[in-house]
Amino acid sequence: MTAPMPSANRSSLFTQDPRTKARNAAEKRFRAYGLSAIIAALLALVWLLISIFGNGLPAFRQTFLTFPVTLEAAVLDKSGVLDPAVMAKVTTLGYGKVLARSLTAELAAKGIVIDAKPGDIADMISEESAATLRDLVLADPKLIGTTIAFTALASGRIDGYFKGRVTMASAALDKNTSPAQLVLADKMKAAGLLTIGFNTGFLTMPDASDKRPEAAGLGVAIIGSVYMMLVVLVLALPIGVAASIYLEEFAPKNRWTDIIEVNIANLAAVPSIVYGILGLAIFINTVGLPQSAPIVGGLVLTLLSLPRIIIPTRAALKAVPPSIRDAALGVGASRLQTVFHHVLPLAMPGILTGTIIGLAQALGESAPLLLIGMVAFVRDFPGAPLDGLFDPAAALPVQIYNWTTRGDPGFVERASGAIIVLLIFLIVMNTVAILLRRKFERRW
Amino acid sequence: MSTAFLSLTLIVLAAAGFWFGRARALTVVSGDIRKLHSLPTFYGRITALMAAVPAFGLIILWLLAQSSFIDNRASALIQTAEIPAGSSTALVMADVRRVAAGLDQLENTGVNVAPLLASPAALKTALNAAGIVLETEPTLSTLAAAQTARDLSASSRFWMTVAALAVAGLGLVLTYRRITPQYRARAAFESFVMVVLIACSLVAILTTVGIVGSLLFESVNFFRLYPASEFFFSTTWNPKFGGGSSLGIWPLVWGTLYVSAIALIVAVPIGLMSAIYLAEYASRATRSWVKPAIEILAGIPTIVYGLFALITVGPLLRDYFAAPLGFGDSSSSVMTAGLVMGIMVIPFISSLSDDIINAVPQSLRDGSLGLGATPSETTLRVVLPAALPGIVGAILLAASRAIGETMIVVMGAGAAAKLSLNPFEAMTTVTVKIVSQLTGDTEFASPETLVAFALGLTLFTLTLILNIIALIIVRKYREQYE
Repeated sequence: MTAPMPSANRSSLFTQDPRTKARNAAEKRFRAYGLSAIIAALLALVWLLISIFGNGLPAFRQTFLTFPVTLEAAVLDKSGVLDPAVMAKVTTLGYGKVLARSLTAELAAKGIVIDAKPGDIADMISEESAATLRDLVLADPKLIGTTIAFTALASGRIDGYFKGRVTMASAALDKNTSPAQLVLADKMKAAGLLTIGFNTGFLTMPDASDKRPEAAGLGVAIIGSVYMMLVVLVLALPIGVAASIYLEEFAPKNRWTDIIEVNIANLAAVPSIVYGILGLAIFINTVGLPQSAPIVGGLVLTLLSLPRIIIPTRAALKAVPPSIRDAALGVGASRLQTVFHHVLPLAMPGILTGTIIGLAQALGESAPLLLIGMVAFVRDFPGAPLDGLFDPAAALPVQIYNWTTRGDPGFVERASGAIIVLLIFLIVMNTVAILLRRKFERRW
Repeated sequence: MSTAFLSLTLIVLAAAGFWFGRARALTVVSGDIRKLHSLPTFYGRITALMAAVPAFGLIILWLLAQSSFIDNRASALIQTAEIPAGSSTALVMADVRRVAAGLDQLENTGVNVAPLLASPAALKTALNAAGIVLETEPTLSTLAAAQTARDLSASSRFWMTVAALAVAGLGLVLTYRRITPQYRARAAFESFVMVVLIACSLVAILTTVGIVGSLLFESVNFFRLYPASEFFFSTTWNPKFGGGSSLGIWPLVWGTLYVSAIALIVAVPIGLMSAIYLAEYASRATRSWVKPAIEILAGIPTIVYGLFALITVGPLLRDYFAAPLGFGDSSSSVMTAGLVMGIMVIPFISSLSDDIINAVPQSLRDGSLGLGATPSETTLRVVLPAALPGIVGAILLAASRAIGETMIVVMGAGAAAKLSLNPFEAMTTVTVKIVSQLTGDTEFASPETLVAFALGLTLFTLTLILNIIALIIVRKYREQYE
């Protein structure tokens, strides 16, 4: 008998048959899909951050005009009595004229040729600066008649010109500015009259009206957000921890506690805007708390973040090994003493991490705040706590939304800048949370 | 006494109670604490609690009852005939409150307010000088109501102070007298703490009750003013604040579902494939930075995504896709909102799926690889089917997230309620309309405002159902390998 003929499809380990090739190609493709999905997600993140930072960073720089201002008594205090009550009759329009005249005089003194219309010079100074000057003079009437060095904000269009938002071509079509004005601005910059510096006002000043993006700041919004976070911290942390302790350590396993648990899991997934409806219906309409007040925002955000605090807190309590409890009970501690003296301190880092992350989420929440009137235009700073909690205020995310609804493109830059501020707050909070976890993380 | 000062007094009283209670416990056993049932501090604590807690409870109840009582009494003084046309009792009462607050302020600055009460004109000038601007001259009955409100609130505050202090003192004295060596102070104190713990865990229940209650209550009010059949079956949404609006929910539901569907079409492949790659292929080092980086997307506030849609994605889609292809020239569109929302939802799907894929036992993979399957075949034919229920749960959670999302659609999707298939057209969603119907001055009597509550109820029910299904699926799946 002869040996069987080698079969035609005998394979070699060194050459792949078509089927293996196909399978290996499929494997490679699958891997590539996975990799490209990750790259897509990361690119989306990078794109988002570039867009926000690219649009927002200019908000931290501001164009200023520095020139000596002669406070003419003939305009600002006709009666010459130096009485603030009488002088208050001169509106910001009067001060605007004084500013414009002083600037024109300064330009002449520096030998800058003006080929713009006379009104253009007044338009280059922000109306807000006239108000600032008025407040300055009313606070100290003795300044009348003297010449002071004054730093005024440049108008939004001039500011935009130096940030690349306004160009000669767009200025020609814009009734709020003109190419001649921009040429003049360039000359003023060369002469040192016009400077670009860090915009502290963006962080400290209140919101400004629709026509003055250059003067709009986040002062009131930051204070409002801080107040709300204080309310959330003071209410949500103790309530959340107490609820978690009860559910994790004491609650009997019965239908009642089961309801509470399912309930908390569901509350964590309720859309945030529903909490806004709750706040409007209960806190404002039924209880009668004022609209736009940080206290209402704080209460709504407290309810919103409670489940988000309870869930990690319970996990932290659960992570403490039962041997600790047994030891404490064994030496005669009551159940409450066991929890408060031993379990809670050991779980504290985990609880704080969860709370900080919950607070960070609450800080960025905007939808519920829209419904309780935080979107209103607020220029006055709220008072000190506790009364200040009832004063109208804005909040960071809502202020951002508010700015995006306005027409002037200067506000888009402000809104993006405000987002950078918000993100910085969030990064700081999350970093603290991560550091806490790293430092105190413990494996039993 | 102001409420703040009264609270401070009560806290001082409680501190004194602590000290007295502790001292009393030590005295009754003449310093030999072995004879006491509890540690001496527990006697102090229970005394302090009995002094402060009932008194604070009383103050809270009193303050809650007081404002509505005073409002009732004051509004009784305003004749219906005197309410100007186009105004309402609520507006007049707002005036009354403003005048009352103004009078308080004037009195604080040392003005004699008695003559002002008789002459509205003088009052108006005085208030304007103090920085309180009244639009119209208050009527005499408004003045009388304001004065009554002030008198009532002054006397109410006085009696509240008396009552609170009496309750606090009574609690302190009674507890103090009960302290004996046999008194089980620790048990009493601990049961109080327990009650507090239980009360805190009930806040979650109360929140749900509050949500459902307020939504249902106002929705019922809405359906009294507007036929439910119209709301649920009409396909036009056209609110008019003069009345005669059509408030059909379908255009909004359509917009919501359309945006969410696009978001899921973007997010499910990306999220799922990233999760698979991270769980099955990525090295530990890659995983340790890619996973947190993707999760950053979940930590970014939605307002940031909203702005991103508004200033970057919207104009981009309009200029490079919609306009050249002739689909329209609106920068806010279903596509804009859906795309950005998709980016937002990626981490929800990838993180949850990653956890679930990791929970599939390694033995399943080893078995499949041992039989000669490639890693991708193992993943597709063994791991994914085992993880499928969990992944479906993750997708449902992401869907409920997308449906309830507000800021992205407010800023990216537009405000026009339309039933259209064109994804580059501006459409609107349930959440957008809740915001637009409830912001600004709201009068809670018109169907145009109340419809927001019916919309909220719809949204709440929809997301609740999705969440419950997702939770059930995820829970059921988890039990399989344990």
